[in-house]
Amino acid sequence: MFYREAGDFRTTYAEDQQTFPIKFDRYRYYVVLFIAIFVIPFIINDYWANSLLLPFLIYAIAALGLNILVGYCGQVSLGTGGFMAVGAYSCYKFMTGVDIWWGGELLFRLPEFNIFFSVIMGGVMTAAVGVLFGLPSLRIKGFYLAVATLAAQFFLVWLFNRVAWFYNYSASGQISAPEREFMGALITGPSTTPWATYLFCLFFTIVSAVIARNMTRGASGRKWMAIRDMDIAAEIIGVNPLKAKLTAFMVSSFFIGISGALFFAVYLGAVEVGEAFGITKSFLVLFMIIIGGLGSIFGSFAGAAFLVLLPVALKVVGVDWFGWPTDIVAHLQLVVVGGLIVIFLIAEPHGIAQLWRVAKEKLRLWPFPH
Amino acid sequence: MKDVTESYVTADGRTIGPVVMEMKNITLRFGGVEAIKDISFDIREGEIRAIIGPNGAGKSSMLNVISGFYVPQEGEVWYKGARRPSMKPFEVAQQGIARTFQNIALFEGMSVLDNVMTGRLTHMKTGLFAQSLWKGKAEEEEIANREVAEKIIDFLEIQAIRKTPVARLPYGLKKRVELARALAAEPSILLLDEPMAGMNVEEKEDMSRFILDVNDEFGTTIALIEHDMGVVMDLSDRVVVMDYGKKIGDGTPHDVRNNQDVIDAYLGVAHD
Amino acid sequence: MNEQLAFTIEVFANGLMAGVLYALVALGFVLIYKASGIFNYAQGVMALFAAMTLVGIQNGQVPFAHLINAIFGTDVHHFGWHVHSFLAIALTVVVMIALAWMVQKFVFKHLVGQEPIILFMATIGLAYFLEGVADLMWGSELKALNVCATETACLPQGMNVWLEGTTYEALGYGFFIDNLDIVASIVAAILVVGLVMFAQYTKQGRAMRAVADDHQAALSVGVSLNFIWVLVWSLAGFVALVAGIMWGAKSGVQFSLSLIALKALPVLMLGGFTSIPGAIVGGLIIGVGEKLFEFLIGAPYLGGATENWFAYMLALLFLVFRPQGLFGEKIIERV
Repeated sequence: MFYREAGDFRTTYAEDQQTFPIKFDRYRYYVVLFIAIFVIPFIINDYWANSLLLPFLIYAIAALGLNILVGYCGQVSLGTGGFMAVGAYSCYKFMTGVDIWWGGELLFRLPEFNIFFSVIMGGVMTAAVGVLFGLPSLRIKGFYLAVATLAAQFFLVWLFNRVAWFYNYSASGQISAPEREFMGALITGPSTTPWATYLFCLFFTIVSAVIARNMTRGASGRKWMAIRDMDIAAEIIGVNPLKAKLTAFMVSSFFIGISGALFFAVYLGAVEVGEAFGITKSFLVLFMIIIGGLGSIFGSFAGAAFLVLLPVALKVVGVDWFGWPTDIVAHLQLVVVGGLIVIFLIAEPHGIAQLWRVAKEKLRLWPFPH
Repeated sequence: MKDVTESYVTADGRTIGPVVMEMKNITLRFGGVEAIKDISFDIREGEIRAIIGPNGAGKSSMLNVISGFYVPQEGEVWYKGARRPSMKPFEVAQQGIARTFQNIALFEGMSVLDNVMTGRLTHMKTGLFAQSLWKGKAEEEEIANREVAEKIIDFLEIQAIRKTPVARLPYGLKKRVELARALAAEPSILLLDEPMAGMNVEEKEDMSRFILDVNDEFGTTIALIEHDMGVVMDLSDRVVVMDYGKKIGDGTPHDVRNNQDVIDAYLGVAHD
Repeated sequence: MNEQLAFTIEVFANGLMAGVLYALVALGFVLIYKASGIFNYAQGVMALFAAMTLVGIQNGQVPFAHLINAIFGTDVHHFGWHVHSFLAIALTVVVMIALAWMVQKFVFKHLVGQEPIILFMATIGLAYFLEGVADLMWGSELKALNVCATETACLPQGMNVWLEGTTYEALGYGFFIDNLDIVASIVAAILVVGLVMFAQYTKQGRAMRAVADDHQAALSVGVSLNFIWVLVWSLAGFVALVAGIMWGAKSGVQFSLSLIALKALPVLMLGGFTSIPGAIVGGLIIGVGEKLFEFLIGAPYLGGATENWFAYMLALLFLVFRPQGLFGEKIIERV
C-alpha cells in the first residue's frame, strides 16, 4: 500500500548502489533528519537531553564503531570501555594543552585545542591505540582474540588510573572538562544549554553514520566481510588480512574514541576511569550491537536506542509506578537485559535490524502476500 | 615437445602460447609425510591444463602450492619468466592468479553480487579517506568495477540471483558463483579445484561449456583438477598425472591414456 | 640468604596458592568447553550464585524476599532456622543441577549448531541474567560465608597464620601463608584428580569424551547429548560451588566474586581451552607470575595494582608467539 517499488526504476549502477534505493525509504530518512536537526533543538529540555538523547547519540557512535569490528569484520572485541577511555583522556589532554616532559623538565606545551578538534583528536589517538591492540589479531582468532582484547581493557583502565600525567595530577584522580565553547555556544562545563550539546553530538553521530555507511558499502566493507565469512578464502582471493583487520580496528577505534570523548566532555563532564569506562561499558556496547543487529548500520542505532531507553522505562515503571526500591529495579534490569540477549541470540541472531527488514519485506507485499 | 618460448597451434585451431608458469622440482612435506615428491611441470599461456590422479595423490596440495597457500620445502615456482619469491597467498592473487575451491569457499553472509565484487578487490585501489567520502573517486571506481562484475554475471547466466544471499543458493549455483568470483579478478591463470565434483550430468555439461567459453572468450589460462576422466580428456590440452605425490605421466590426453603407469595407477596392478 | 630472596619465595608460594584457585575456576570452563564447545563466560557468576545460595540456605533466607515484600507489601526475610553446612552444600548441589538442567533446556538446546562466538555471547547474557536473579533471590549485600563441620571445626576465615616449622628453621625467615589457601589447594587437587578419574574410568565419562570429540558420531552410537550436556553443566556448577566456597570464605560473598571468571580467562588462553593439565599449569604460571611481577616490578616501579592486567598481557604475548597455547597441537590449515 505505502511501500511500493513498482514504478521506482533504477537505470544506472549509481542509483542501484545508493543507501536507500526505494523512494519511500529515502523520503522517510529526509524527514527524520529534518526533525532531528530543525525541530528537536527547539523543543529539547534538560531531562530529554541528559537521560535520553545525548546518551543515545553518543552510544550510537560507539555501537557503529564496534559493529564495524564485530559485525562487519568478525573480530570480537571486549575492549570498548578501554578504547572509550583513550578517547576521553586524549580529548581531555588536548583540551587542556598537552604537556611533554623530559627528565623532570617541561619540554613544551601544545596550545589548548578547540573542543571540536579535541574530540577529533580523541578519535585519532584511539585509532592509533586500536591498531596497536589489533596487531595480535593476525595470529589470534575467535574468542582467544576476544579474551586478548580484555588485555586492552584492563591495561588501559589501569594506565589512566595510575599515571597522573593523564589526569593532569589532579588530587581526585578524576578528569573534569573545563568550560569550552564552539561557534559561540557552550559545549562543556556545568552551564551548557541542552540544544547546543545536542546539536554538537548530533553532528558527530550523523557524520559517523555516513562514513560508516560509505565504508561498508564499498571495497573496505567487502574486505571486512570477506575476512569475517571465511578468512582463508579471503586471503587467497587477494585480501591482505593484516591490513583489512587493522583498518577495521582503526576505523572502529576512531568512532569509539569519538564517542568516549563526547561521553566524557559533553555528557558526563567529569569521569573516574574505572567507573565510567570499566568492563561493563564494553559489554553494554556489545549488547547494543547484538540486540540491534550485527553488521547493520541501522542496527547500531536501534540497539543504542533500545538499551538507553530500557533502564529509563524500567525505572519509570518500577520505581515511579509501582514504588519498588531502586536496587530491586536495578537487579531486575540485569535479568531483563541478560534474558533479552539470550532471547535475541536464539530467536533472531541478526537483531532488531532483521526484524525491521522482515517487516519491510512483508509490507512490500501487503495486502497481497502471494 | 615444443620449445618453452614458442607458440603453437592445436589441431582444432587454437593458439597455445609460451610457458607462463613452471614448477621446478617441488617437494612438500607435512611433518614426516611427503605430499608432493619432486614434481616438475609447466603451464602454457592460453591452454587448459589438467592435473589428475587418484584420491590422496597430492593434486589439491599442488594447487595450494601454486596459489601460495602452502610453501614447498624444496623447489622453485617460475612465473612469467622470473622466479617467484616466497609470497603470501594474497600477493599471489594480486599477481593475477585466481582460483576456486574444492569445498565451496564463498562468503555466505554476502549477496551474489557482493561475492563477485570481492573478486574485483585486487583491482580497487581507492584509499580509506576517499572511500569514507564516497562521492567522487570511490563511487567512480565502484561503478567501473561493477560493470566488469556485471559482464561476468551475464556471461555465467546468474543475473536472476544477483541480489540473493549466497547461503540460500543450491550447490550447483554456488559453484558457478565461485567461478564468477574468480573470473571477476580477470586472472592470467585460473585454478579450478574439482569444478565438477558432486554435480549431475547436466550441471557438468554446463560447467564444461563455461570453462571452454572462458578459455575461448577471455583467453584465460586454466589449470584444473578433476576426477571425471571423460571430462578431463575432452576439455584439456595437456594432462599431468599424479599418484602418491609423484608425477607418473605428462602429455596430451591421448599420450596419457596410453601410458602404462597411468593405467596401473587407475586400474590397480597386481603385486606379486 | 637475604631477606629479599625470602620475601620472593613467600610471594612465590602465595602465587602458587592463588594459581590453584585460578586453575579451579579454569577447570569449570574447560569441562564445558570440551563437551559442548561453549566458552562459558558465566562460570564466575555461577560461582557467585552457588556461594550466595549456600549462604542463603544456611541462614534460612527466604528466596526473593525483597521482591515479594515490594510486590505484596509483606515483611518476610528469614524462615528462622539454620541449616547444617553439609546439608546446605548438598541442597546447593541440587540447586546447581536444577540450574544446569534449565540452562540446557531453555538456552543451549535452542542454540545447537550455532557458531562458537554466538554461544559465547549467549553466555555473557546468561551471566547478566544469573547475576540479576542471584541478587533478587538473596540480596546483593556482602555476606560472610562460614562452612563448619561441627561447632568448632570450620573452614578457616580469611586470616593469615604465621607458619612456623621446618621451612622457618631452614631458611631463617618466617612465611605468611594463608591457611585457607592450603585447604583450597588440597581440595582443588582432590577435585582435579576426581574429575580426571571420572572422565577416564566411568561410563558417563567416556560418553562425555565421545561427545567432546564428535557430536554426530556420539549420537549415532546412542549417547544422549542432552543428558551429557546437563551432566557437564552440573559438574561445572559443582566446580563453581567449590570455587565459590573457597573465595567466599576468603573475602566474603558479593558481586566481586564473579570477577574470578576474569582471572581464569588468561589461564585458559595460556593453557588452551581444551586441556585439563593446561588449565592447572596455566593457573600456576599466572598465579605465580602476577604475584612476582607485582612484588618485583609492579609495586616498586609502576605504581602497583598490576595484577589487574598482567595475566592478560602475559597470555597475549604468549599467544602471539604460540597461538595454539601451551598444550595445543599446531593447527594445519586446509582449504
